[in-house]
Amino acid sequence: MSRAWGRLARNRGALAALGLLGAITLACLVGPLLTGHQPGRIYADLVQTPPGLGAHPLSEAVRPALERLAFRMRATVRESVVRDGIMRLILDSSRPIDERSLSYLPRSDLFGPPKVLERSEDGRSLVVEAPVRRLYFLLGTDALGRDLLTRILVAGRVSLLIGLVATAVALVIGVAYGAVAGYLGGRADAVMMRCVDILYALPFVFFVIMLLVFFRAGLGLILVAIAAVEWLDMARIVRAQTLSLRRRDFVRAAEALGLSTVAILSRHVIPNTLGPVAVAATLLVPRVILLESFLSFLGLGVQEPQTSWGALIAEGARAIESAPWLLAGPAAFLVATLIALNLLGDGLADALDPRLAERT
Amino acid sequence: MTGFVLRRLLQAIPTLLAVVTASFFLIRLAPGGPFDLERPLPPAAMANLARVYGLDQPLWVQYLRYLGSVLRGDLGPSFSFRDLTVAELFARGLPVSMTLGALALSLALILGIGLGTWAAFRRGRAIDRLIGLMAASSLALPTFVVAPLLQIVFGLTLHWLPVGSWEGGAPSHLVLPVLTLALPQIGALARLTRASLSEVLSAQYIRTERAMGLPPGRIVRHALRGALLPVVAILGPTAAALLTGSVVVETIFGLPGIGRYFVDGALNRDYTLVMGTVVLVAVFVILLNLASDVLSGLIDPRLRLAR
Repeated sequence: MSRAWGRLARNRGALAALGLLGAITLACLVGPLLTGHQPGRIYADLVQTPPGLGAHPLSEAVRPALERLAFRMRATVRESVVRDGIMRLILDSSRPIDERSLSYLPRSDLFGPPKVLERSEDGRSLVVEAPVRRLYFLLGTDALGRDLLTRILVAGRVSLLIGLVATAVALVIGVAYGAVAGYLGGRADAVMMRCVDILYALPFVFFVIMLLVFFRAGLGLILVAIAAVEWLDMARIVRAQTLSLRRRDFVRAAEALGLSTVAILSRHVIPNTLGPVAVAATLLVPRVILLESFLSFLGLGVQEPQTSWGALIAEGARAIESAPWLLAGPAAFLVATLIALNLLGDGLADALDPRLAERT
Repeated sequence: MTGFVLRRLLQAIPTLLAVVTASFFLIRLAPGGPFDLERPLPPAAMANLARVYGLDQPLWVQYLRYLGSVLRGDLGPSFSFRDLTVAELFARGLPVSMTLGALALSLALILGIGLGTWAAFRRGRAIDRLIGLMAASSLALPTFVVAPLLQIVFGLTLHWLPVGSWEGGAPSHLVLPVLTLALPQIGALARLTRASLSEVLSAQYIRTERAMGLPPGRIVRHALRGALLPVVAILGPTAAALLTGSVVVETIFGLPGIGRYFVDGALNRDYTLVMGTVVLVAVFVILLNLASDVLSGLIDPRLRLAR
């Protein structure tokens, strides 16, 4: 096993993949706290902001936004200057301006609380000072004005969680089923594997879609549905391994010592199947994530206000002409994760089976 | 061989029965019905509709009736597409989906096996790594990302190809959907071919052929015959998936295939359409798996004996 680790450590591609996965996971876990935005926070004045490093509102965007606000205050902007993050503006109106209407300014997400510096005698013009907010949207905002980066990271939690949990469930069912079938052998094995064959022929994705459509998709249900599809491969791998392990001396010794079937399976058989199972599991995670994103893309998966990479990509694909970054952002995260997982799985396979590594 | 095919077809009967039974009862367990509208119909009209479509019968009677009509080859009328039977809907959509699927399958076979062979013969070189990386990426790229990207690049930016629609199957409208469908399969086939061909190339008989100075073309042919077994094994599921249409590709490119029927049918509680699609896909999967097993037997006589 330690030699396998050594071989894995020498595989630069697999190591890079592992590092990338760690970085993405960490970013998804702590990132949303660091972006400075709540995932559900809507900036109605900053809809579909393109990605960039600059602070919003951009200086050229201040004046139009002000004019929209002034219109609602029934006033016009005579002059506005922004200096050191503080905006000074002069408002005119045909009627006296109600100072309470200035609360439109902080409500717009762009400006802080205003302060009236001067008021003309007839009240028809005001000199107001208000701080200009500095908001950063590294990957831009979506069609509702939510920060895309925060949403991608929060969505990543859901996608990764689904991938890991569904794989874990598939792993437990598949390993237990395969080990029992392989160890018992004979007729029990034949019947159990025949069942697997029948299940293989069922158009399973259809059943998943039916479950999701008819019984209102929830995260838990998606997990179970996906795991129910994916344990079959695992069962086959473990059964094949177990069949060969059964005849080995240490298993027969354990039998001769009178250990129970459960003890033999859990202590001697299953641990020895873990190598190929680890590989299959690593390659299963990206498949589950892909399946989940496919279902979410159809609108059957994770529902608002929760979101996943698939759901975000679906949103992005709808706005592709006006805001291509809405597709590019989540797609980049998803594809990077999937490629990294595949590379890691291949690396694991090579590390655990050096014979194969030399051959390929 | 005939005995084997017959036995497999007999074994398919319980599988099909399981598929039909499970999906029939699952869809009936679901809340809602095919005639639920935003503004509910008067009860008398609902009762009439239920009687016309036989929905007023007990569930097991409906089930047996459905089984009977499927056995006669009648998939029943569609609930959501008025005046059309499920069979007529398939007659419209299936040619579209199968054209796309067959083209994508051919493209995937040619490019996948070709690139995989190339990589196996240049193992460890730069071209091998490049093909490996491209294959891994193509497997990780979801179709719903690839399709919009292709639309942007070739449709909206370069204006070389139309963004969508069927137009009677005009070749220019086929390029992007076929490419999208084929891409992940190219990657999968290339990886598989490379792995199994690498194994065969280190076998004794190939080394002997090399030592005897056979022309490379002959060696490739001999090696491929052995190496293609795993490829043929996954050909069944792959072909079934491609030929029965893809929801994503048909939605994004606006194609009238059968890929959408299942999801739309399920959303509209169109019982017969959902059931029909499930039966159709199951039949495709079973037949194509059988075909790929028969093909394996033709390539490798040892497999015939094992049966």
